[in-house]
Amino acid sequence: MDNNQAVVVKDLYKTFKLPHEQHSGVKQRIVNVFNSNRGYELQKVLDDVTFTIKKGDFFGIVGRNGSGKSTLLKLLAGIYAPDKGLVQVNGSLTPFIELGVGFNPELTGRENIFMNGALLGFSRKEMEAMYDDIVQFAELVDFMDQKLKNYSSGMQVRLAFSIAIRARGDILLLDEVLAVGDAAFQQKCYNYFEELKAQKKTVIFVSHDMGAVKRFCSKAIYVKHGKIIAEGTPAEIADIYAAENIDVPKTDDEKKAETQASLYQVKSKINQQADGVALKVDYKTKSPEPEKMYVGISLMKDGVSVAEISTPRDMTITGDASMNYMLDTTMLNAGTYGINVAMFKWKNRELVAIAKSKNQFVIKGDDITRGGAFRLENTWTLE
Amino acid sequence: MKISNIISRRNRILLRELVVTDFKLRYQGSVLGYLWSLLKPLLLFAILYVVFVKFLKFGGDVEHYPVYLLLGVVMWSFFIEATTQGMQAIVARGDLIRKINFPKYIIVISGTISALINLLLNLLVVFVFVAINGVDLHMSVLWLPLNILELYVFSLAIAFLLGAMFVKYRDISHIWEVFLQGAFYATPILYPISMVVAQSDVAAKLLMLNPVAQIIQDARYNLITHQSATTDSLIGNVWIAAIPYTIVFLSIVYATWYFKKTQKYFAENV
Repeated sequence: MDNNQAVVVKDLYKTFKLPHEQHSGVKQRIVNVFNSNRGYELQKVLDDVTFTIKKGDFFGIVGRNGSGKSTLLKLLAGIYAPDKGLVQVNGSLTPFIELGVGFNPELTGRENIFMNGALLGFSRKEMEAMYDDIVQFAELVDFMDQKLKNYSSGMQVRLAFSIAIRARGDILLLDEVLAVGDAAFQQKCYNYFEELKAQKKTVIFVSHDMGAVKRFCSKAIYVKHGKIIAEGTPAEIADIYAAENIDVPKTDDEKKAETQASLYQVKSKINQQADGVALKVDYKTKSPEPEKMYVGISLMKDGVSVAEISTPRDMTITGDASMNYMLDTTMLNAGTYGINVAMFKWKNRELVAIAKSKNQFVIKGDDITRGGAFRLENTWTLE
Repeated sequence: MKISNIISRRNRILLRELVVTDFKLRYQGSVLGYLWSLLKPLLLFAILYVVFVKFLKFGGDVEHYPVYLLLGVVMWSFFIEATTQGMQAIVARGDLIRKINFPKYIIVISGTISALINLLLNLLVVFVFVAINGVDLHMSVLWLPLNILELYVFSLAIAFLLGAMFVKYRDISHIWEVFLQGAFYATPILYPISMVVAQSDVAAKLLMLNPVAQIIQDARYNLITHQSATTDSLIGNVWIAAIPYTIVFLSIVYATWYFKKTQKYFAENV
């Protein structure tokens, strides 16, 4: 491993045996001797994962629940042993899979800090050097000699987080720890991340908060079904994350539309051009008495609809139809967009068919002064 | 589990924190606090003394029988405590093991160390009784620390083995509990081994092959009375008399190997 690499992961595989029935007894063990193939199923959690983290990287790991990212973290932290493959860590790695690991409610705040430090591998002397810093950051100076069980949950979390980020390891591993504390404390945490970033500390950061990933990370990967499906800048990864998450919740209207899907069908196909996007919509019906319909489209960005447009009032459709739509994209900022297409009944605006999350297009650009969906006309002047 | 690792700075610190925490928490909220760890074996001793010495007239032919009995009870209590705590150590800290990587054997050792501290405190009580009873100390008392060391190593071996197995097979705790009950009566703690010899010489010899029996009898011989029969004196053959030591040696080797082999998967299985 060369010296400016912090973590090297190569061809990593991890499979879990999921028992059908919890067999934690000698009886099952004896029973299983006779039918050794039954009793569990194998779940591939990580499937050939390879990546490298350089020293000074603020490295984001993004993925939906159950994608295998927590297992990946535990392998990095040495908690799990890999089935196959290699995890190499250059320097000391301080993991925070969960806050307040090993906290004992019967011990005082002070004792808990030292206990936690010992677990993380710090000596008493090192902990004494960090102690004041931790207590001040947690804003708990007056409470250190009280038992932890008398702390509010917010105070416990603050203490745990302060230990996490004040502990000076070479590599810091943070798993979704940002969602703690009140707004003021969160701001402090963000400031601290800025500091880490400025100091070129190596940080591995797992989060669902794409805002934080974009703001702090220098590089990110997207994990899905135990594989890395994308590696790139945080902005690229955030866009993929948004696209992957579009079709999660279904509204009541959409459920109703599903029941009519055998009667009404809408298909759409996108075609990106230099200065715009062409959309072709095909609409078919098997309804015995075709009704008057209209088409609505919504422009999606980061999983949120940023604009809605429908067919003009004088353009109605009855029966099968095929139409072209042209969207001028000169108004849009760089990023990944999606188009959802839906059909509604003219008379009561009932949703009857929808084509979701199938159409995506990317607007390229490197203007870092603009964010969001629309390229608004504006003027800056110095006074 | 290299020796250099066990005594590495990081692990020493962790071990100390764990032992100190355990020490602090164990009797928290009880009025007598740590005195309980002295009182418990003493009370057990009092019961056994009344039942077996006063009513059933055991040990009439052994001098200083009450102290002899107390020493046996104290050492047996240590064996129970160390193995039981060692067995539960990994599972009890399961939450920790799933979230952070640290040397697992440290928690097993910490469980046995707090039992060892108790044993040493209890031995002080034994020495008080030795003085009160007017026991003549021989030079052989210098061997006593070696008996304690052997007992500790054997308990540690069993703690490692059971601790690792308990992660997967939770029946172990029940089996071990019953086993200890049986072993208590199969070990010459309450009764002098001479009682068994009177019944059957072979049975007595077999009982004395148990390392704990060998250790307790040796400790009694070294500290209290040279009348006490030991594995050596009962079994003439040196090679057969070496069996208890061999068992201790093989168990620590096997237990270390087994623990080392399985510890990678504690986080998944616990």
